[in-house]
Amino acid sequence: MSKVILEVNNLMTKYITRYKENVYAVNDVSFKLEEGRSVGIAGESGCGKSTLALSLMGYYFPPLHYTSGEIIIDGRKITDMKPDDVRKQVLGTEIAYIPQAAMNALNPTRKVIKFIEDVIRVHDPKATKKDIYDLAQQRFELLNLPKEALHKYSVELSGGMKQRTVIAVSTILSPKVLIADEPSSALDVTSQKMVIKMINDLMDLGIIKSMIFITHELPLLYNVTDDIMVMYAAQLVETGTADQMIFDPLHPYSKGLMGSILVPEDGTREAKITAIPGTPPNLKKPPEGCRFAERCKYASPQCKVLNVEVSHLDNNRKCRCLLSEKELREVYKDE
Amino acid sequence: MSEYREVCLSGTGVTKVFGIGSKKTVAVNNVDFKFYSGELISIVGESGSGKTTLIKMLLGLTSVTSGEIFFMGEKRDISSHKKKKEYWRGIQAIFQDPYSSYNIFSKIDSVLLDCIKMRGGRGLPYEKKVDMMREACSFVNLKFDEMTNKYPFELSGGQMQRLMIARIFLLKPKILLADEPTSMIDACSRATILEMLLKLRDETGMMIIFITHDMGLAYYVSDSVYIMEKGKFVEYGSANEVVLTPKAEYTKQLLNDVPKIHDPWEFSRNKKFRKEITV
Amino acid sequence: MKNQIKQLLKSGKFMVGFIVFMSILLFITIYPFFVPGNPLQMIGYNSFIPPGTYLSLYDAVNPNVFVYTLRIPGAAEARIVNTLPMSDREAMRDWLVRAGMPEAAIDIYDPETLLALWNANYDPDERIEGMILADHRAYQRLNNRIQGMFDASALRLYSADPETGEPQFQAPITDTDYIALSDIVNIRRLPLGTDNFGRDMLKQLVQAIGVSLRIGLIAGSIATAIGLLLGLVAGYVGGWVDEIIMFICNLLTVIPGFVLLVLLAFSIGPAGRSVTIVGIVIGLTTWVWTTRAVRSQVLSLRNRDHVNLSKLSGHSLPRIVFKDILPYIASYVVMAFILQVSGAILAEAGLSMLGLGPSTTEVATLGLMMNWAMSFSAHIMGAWWAYFPVVFVIALISFSLNLMNTGMDQIFNPQLRD
Repeated sequence: MSKVILEVNNLMTKYITRYKENVYAVNDVSFKLEEGRSVGIAGESGCGKSTLALSLMGYYFPPLHYTSGEIIIDGRKITDMKPDDVRKQVLGTEIAYIPQAAMNALNPTRKVIKFIEDVIRVHDPKATKKDIYDLAQQRFELLNLPKEALHKYSVELSGGMKQRTVIAVSTILSPKVLIADEPSSALDVTSQKMVIKMINDLMDLGIIKSMIFITHELPLLYNVTDDIMVMYAAQLVETGTADQMIFDPLHPYSKGLMGSILVPEDGTREAKITAIPGTPPNLKKPPEGCRFAERCKYASPQCKVLNVEVSHLDNNRKCRCLLSEKELREVYKDE
Repeated sequence: MSEYREVCLSGTGVTKVFGIGSKKTVAVNNVDFKFYSGELISIVGESGSGKTTLIKMLLGLTSVTSGEIFFMGEKRDISSHKKKKEYWRGIQAIFQDPYSSYNIFSKIDSVLLDCIKMRGGRGLPYEKKVDMMREACSFVNLKFDEMTNKYPFELSGGQMQRLMIARIFLLKPKILLADEPTSMIDACSRATILEMLLKLRDETGMMIIFITHDMGLAYYVSDSVYIMEKGKFVEYGSANEVVLTPKAEYTKQLLNDVPKIHDPWEFSRNKKFRKEITV
Repeated sequence: MKNQIKQLLKSGKFMVGFIVFMSILLFITIYPFFVPGNPLQMIGYNSFIPPGTYLSLYDAVNPNVFVYTLRIPGAAEARIVNTLPMSDREAMRDWLVRAGMPEAAIDIYDPETLLALWNANYDPDERIEGMILADHRAYQRLNNRIQGMFDASALRLYSADPETGEPQFQAPITDTDYIALSDIVNIRRLPLGTDNFGRDMLKQLVQAIGVSLRIGLIAGSIATAIGLLLGLVAGYVGGWVDEIIMFICNLLTVIPGFVLLVLLAFSIGPAGRSVTIVGIVIGLTTWVWTTRAVRSQVLSLRNRDHVNLSKLSGHSLPRIVFKDILPYIASYVVMAFILQVSGAILAEAGLSMLGLGPSTTEVATLGLMMNWAMSFSAHIMGAWWAYFPVVFVIALISFSLNLMNTGMDQIFNPQLRD
């Protein structure tokens, strides 16, 4: 077993709304990320997957607030650190974050090299211009990005190019963990492919040690990450390897989610895609018991009352369901 | 499908040009097409391929720069408001974003009542109208009594989009243009929407033009697929033909770039497909 | 909509603005009932009478007024304190310093303690070393004068005999004589004094606020109506109609609005410049911004799917404009209207300061009051009450209106919503 880079234990974070209501968007989330592995987070919109990504950085600003739990990066507990220390010592060097519309985050009045300077100077104020330029040029070459892009303004780059530039800029300090929140969903498939290729290069070249990839596109997730975690109503409901999760989901919610995959491949036209009826619960007042019970075909009255814990299964899988693996397989067999 | 197929919408040399002089951009470039009634076709293209402009022209919301559009065998005439209204009885649309498809200041009932009015049910007694609305809502698995007197923002995205289908059910047009109706809603609700569109087609024999950028989705729902690139159709044919044995370079590339789960994908990190990379 | 109104009531900014504005409105509605009469009547023969309560001296010494006797300790001192001239206070200080008192211990602005010090220390017979005799005598006279003030037997009331004109002794007035304020009929409170013509400032101000608000309302309504109409047409119809409207807008934007206003007001001439005309003129020169704002809103709304869907439902153009577009920009238009009103009040003030405001002697406006105060040099005369309350009210009105606007903006503008 290789070294654990990121460990999250019972993390809970909340939003405080304008009316002073607490909305727990990340509730009791625990997982481990090993060196050289990438993990994907899948789920419906509003399930808290983007909030989880923000929370993992350990840097909170209103309306997001930290409640409890711990985040350990490479042996350092960042949940105990001061916000300013997190910003200076963790962001960029330990964790890098690429938000959804990252390509719009570049200030159009500055050249790309200036952003790289900024990122490096936060951690090393004495870095000379030449060192920075050399480093940037080297990195761009490694990632097959044109060196000319360094001296261009962001408006001069195309959408996919911009996105790749942003990723290169934010990983310039070789962070241990890269969190990518839907980095390619605003792009065409062709540009998406290039972004994925670059993220692969980052992993293969060892520039980043591990990655968390968030998207609602399951076929993409299957191809990009080693493991997949499925999130529902602020909780992780199932965790497993990509193959297990896509072809053999256990939790009824994952099962429904995987049943909705559409890919242009022979045979998929004949298969029937499935739908999950109903809507996710309101996180302001989450239901007692299993949060999926309302929409679950297999729910028993107990599901709505009993508190469901995560059970550890064989092959490193985890599932948050009252039914055991055997019982679940039994239920699915009837269909 | 019967041997004799009626052409319900066709066009010759349809072109749309935006801007003038050096800023001229050709959004749709000299497109010919023939859509048969009862068919479900998909127009697949990436952003900027001109697919949205094309359906806006088909709907008569944007003027056509040059070319002719024929509706039910006759040249389309939408020169006056009255003629437009007549045309829109035969061709309707569902838009991409359910959240912006509703006037947030009007209640849901009014959306459906407008449809009844358009179908010539202006003089009907109120009870009859309620019955029609109830039927339409139950068609899309919504309870009318829960919908009435509500505002659109009280519904979820999936529910809003289903209500849009209920609207089409009431109007029963000959042609439905669906502009990425599932791209803004969650995968879990997507199947429901698709199922309803297919049911609508089966029950009314309506022709559906499905606009999407998602190859997988197009392959799943449609009888025939049109691939659009830079304002032109580069390939069309039955879904199986286009997706499984693509001929045009662009289609091949598009299919190649889409992540897959059974067949290997170029940049997959999945061990099953991964070529060993030596650094 | 209901929800947004609820939020509006919870918004601190909006509520403060709203309460301030409503208080002003309430005050100007109620005040005339308590103090009736023409606000522009000249009641004072002095110019710039300071704020205060004025009672008729004639009524006070009328022999028929019932006189009470009250012995209030310290009354005499208080009277002296109130009337002791500054030169005497300085003289007292000089003597005390010469007598060996530290200068820091004496405060001539505190006449009460000064008087107590004087009474305790002054000895008319003591001759301070080095003081010339003339000064010594002068201080003795000063002391006599001060002590004389304590003696209150000096005042006597005479009236002229109606036949002979001989003075007839009526009654002595002693320092223990008091009359009840309620017995005096003629009391006039002038909370803000008078202007140079002796007109009650507060009454004038109350009327001026009303008139200025009316100008603001007229101008705001006209500007908003024109702006809304042109904006809707330009945005929704588009094409060459849009081009023409935007051309006019650009033309008017390039010429500074105030200059245009001045030229227009000047060309109308003093005879035609009534309150309503000034309001209309201001309205006609300020609609450009509303037009631009409405147009840009309509442009983005026009391509929204619900408008397309409304078209597909066969709705007519007016119906689409009024039911599918107008409700979306209604809050925006209300905000623009509020700004227009506040802008028009300021514009009127500016015009009137230049002497181009409503040429009327019938009513006052805030701008005219400023103009009068300025032309009669209130600021040089130290008559702060003639201009400061006006400035304050103008500031308060535009502050409250702008605050309301900001509060509404935070709730209705999706970009600022958190």
